[in-house]
Amino acid sequence: MKKTFTLSVFTANKAGLLHRVTTGFTRRKINIESLTVSESEIPNIHRYTIVVHLEEENVKRLVVALEKQIEVHKAFYHGEEDVVYQEIALYKIPSGVIVHGGLAEKIVRQHGARMLAAEPKFTVIEKTGHAEEIEALFKELEPFNILEFTRSGRVAITKPMRELREYLEELEMAAAN
Amino acid sequence: METLTATKSKSKKKKTERIHGCEAVVRCLLEEGVDLMYGYPGGAIMPVYDELYKYQDQLQHVLVRHEEGATHAAQGYARASGRVGVCIATSGPGATNLVTGIADAMIDSTPMVCITGQVPKHLLGSDAFQETDIIGITMPVTKWNYQITKASEIPEIFAKAFFIAKSGRPGPVLIDITKNAQFDELDFDYTPCTKLDSYVPRPPVKEEKVKEAAELINNAKRPYILFGQGVILSQAEEELKQLVEKTGIPAAWTIMGLSAMPTNHPLNVGMLGMHGNYGPNVLTNECDVLIAIGMRFDDRVTGNLAKYAKQAKVIHIEIDPAEIDKNVKTEVAILGDAKEAMTALLPHLKKNSHKKWHQKFKDCDKEEYEKVIKGETEPTDGELTMGEVIRDLNDLTNGDAIIVTDVGQHQMIACRYAHFNKTKSNITSGGLGTMGFCLPAAIGAKMGAPDRDVIAVIGDGGFQMTIQELGVILQTGVNVKILILNNEFLGMVRQWQQLFFDKRYASTEMVNPDFQLLAQAYGIKAQRVSERDQLGTALKNMMEHDGSFLLEVMVGKENNVFPMVPSGAGVADIRLE
Repeated sequence: MKKTFTLSVFTANKAGLLHRVTTGFTRRKINIESLTVSESEIPNIHRYTIVVHLEEENVKRLVVALEKQIEVHKAFYHGEEDVVYQEIALYKIPSGVIVHGGLAEKIVRQHGARMLAAEPKFTVIEKTGHAEEIEALFKELEPFNILEFTRSGRVAITKPMRELREYLEELEMAAAN
Repeated sequence: METLTATKSKSKKKKTERIHGCEAVVRCLLEEGVDLMYGYPGGAIMPVYDELYKYQDQLQHVLVRHEEGATHAAQGYARASGRVGVCIATSGPGATNLVTGIADAMIDSTPMVCITGQVPKHLLGSDAFQETDIIGITMPVTKWNYQITKASEIPEIFAKAFFIAKSGRPGPVLIDITKNAQFDELDFDYTPCTKLDSYVPRPPVKEEKVKEAAELINNAKRPYILFGQGVILSQAEEELKQLVEKTGIPAAWTIMGLSAMPTNHPLNVGMLGMHGNYGPNVLTNECDVLIAIGMRFDDRVTGNLAKYAKQAKVIHIEIDPAEIDKNVKTEVAILGDAKEAMTALLPHLKKNSHKKWHQKFKDCDKEEYEKVIKGETEPTDGELTMGEVIRDLNDLTNGDAIIVTDVGQHQMIACRYAHFNKTKSNITSGGLGTMGFCLPAAIGAKMGAPDRDVIAVIGDGGFQMTIQELGVILQTGVNVKILILNNEFLGMVRQWQQLFFDKRYASTEMVNPDFQLLAQAYGIKAQRVSERDQLGTALKNMMEHDGSFLLEVMVGKENNVFPMVPSGAGVADIRLE
């Protein structure tokens, strides 16, 4: 059965590594639902947060194959219950709608969104939340002519308490053996 | 004491030298002990070639006739010698021509370092002449790759490349060097690489796993060992021998593991897989404990996984964590080097002989001999068979030669019937199945093991895929015996067409050139035989000839390789006819 999994892949900070990581998906014809690359809590270690919709057995195989890459330090996968996650979306709509439609209050109160920029011609609304929440606001705004819309990939923090640093120390010890 | 301190302070003040990047490339290779490499020059790699000219006394460069030949020669060299194979090419087409050999080395875990030239850094991404993104192209088929754009990166990257290529589960590494990095200067200082962040090439063997495995093995009634190339790569041939001799467990091999155990060893029960031996396949589904050592349960070995060893508890000794539970679920996995794992396992194992169980293999052997082997290796009339050629060859090599094969029917027949006494004697393209592998790999093998006889057993199809490498034989005088088993067909594809496509022989019939004339054009002595009574003498002529020799044997055009596990079938459904 396919389920949604969040992968956390920790790598060296090197040019070309994104390609090496994504070839792991390409060759297995696995679609990446979302991908975010950022720094991690450890200097020079990058964190890839990748969302996939896959059978658990295949996620397991994918993760060990990713971890096998030389500059991939560690890779994990987590079910939805094991991560705290967020996405961010920006909506650009005509300012007139906000001013005349009384929409502003609704957006802020009901959706917990905020106004990021207000120009005479357009207003940018920011919403952070889960995909469904962002989708809900999109539907709400749709009749008022969304001029532009963008949404980030998922960023996620995992619930298990073991730190990356400990895993890396363990690898260091195994390598020294 | 004084001397010690003196050396210490000396090494601290290690002097660097100001040299050009191109010279640094050659110096790095020398530091890694490379004295032979294969390649083809071109614009973007010319500065390095200029240095190779200067250093030719220390580092021999073999000019191949196509870059693919360089990769297969480097593979043959690596597989015969156990060292890292090195090849070099220019940018663009030079680099892309390496891809097949790199993919082959990747899937067959062969240590190889490939060096490619690249357009100068300021032209990257501009569609410059002979520019191609070889880093992007080779990313999925290399263990690691890197583009050097600054001369100062050269020593560190080369050190890393060699370490990665040969450590852990070996594989190919590609280094792409922009032309400006070859021309620029650097302060040269070489330190070999011995570790990398988070890279654990040899996971430490866990004692508790060893004990769990030992208990399973000691209590097994019908234990069965399958071994692969991991035994050769970790130089664990002696440990394997001790293990099987102590426990009396029958051992079968994948074609990559072939020659790790002598053919005539009483506990060597034969070949696994699609065209492997009858007993080793059917009895996979009768054993109670399956012990896989340095092999990866390739689909050509397992057939249909749903019908593979379902009754058995599986122990997997494997260095690559990504192979554990990939295809076959294990009861106990010993992650680590095969030699280390078997050394740890041996003292825990009880002596046994498993006589009854062995009898089952013998019974299967008897059936296979009657139905397949006898007709294949001892025919008395009709056309020549590939099997009898290999049988006669065994009489001349006594099992001491290196047999290099290409891909197809001749490969299966050679693996099934060739005799081996020594390890690293079977060199073939196992995982990728690359036609054209054999001739250049045989050249590399001879250069990697100059004291051994090297025989390239090859089909008429595969021979023509890299036939231009006869030029290397002409130019270097390397002594390779070429044995063409000519059936004037792409035999394996034809066999499938016969069995599964109602004999519609689509594009498998070959109209071949006169191979003897071709050989002569390259200064290679040649002979053709098609009669049974001439075969022995012809093979003897080939082996006794002082230098390369091409022997073309005309074999039955529509012979098939049996046994066979049809694709999609289970190992127990192997067909004897």
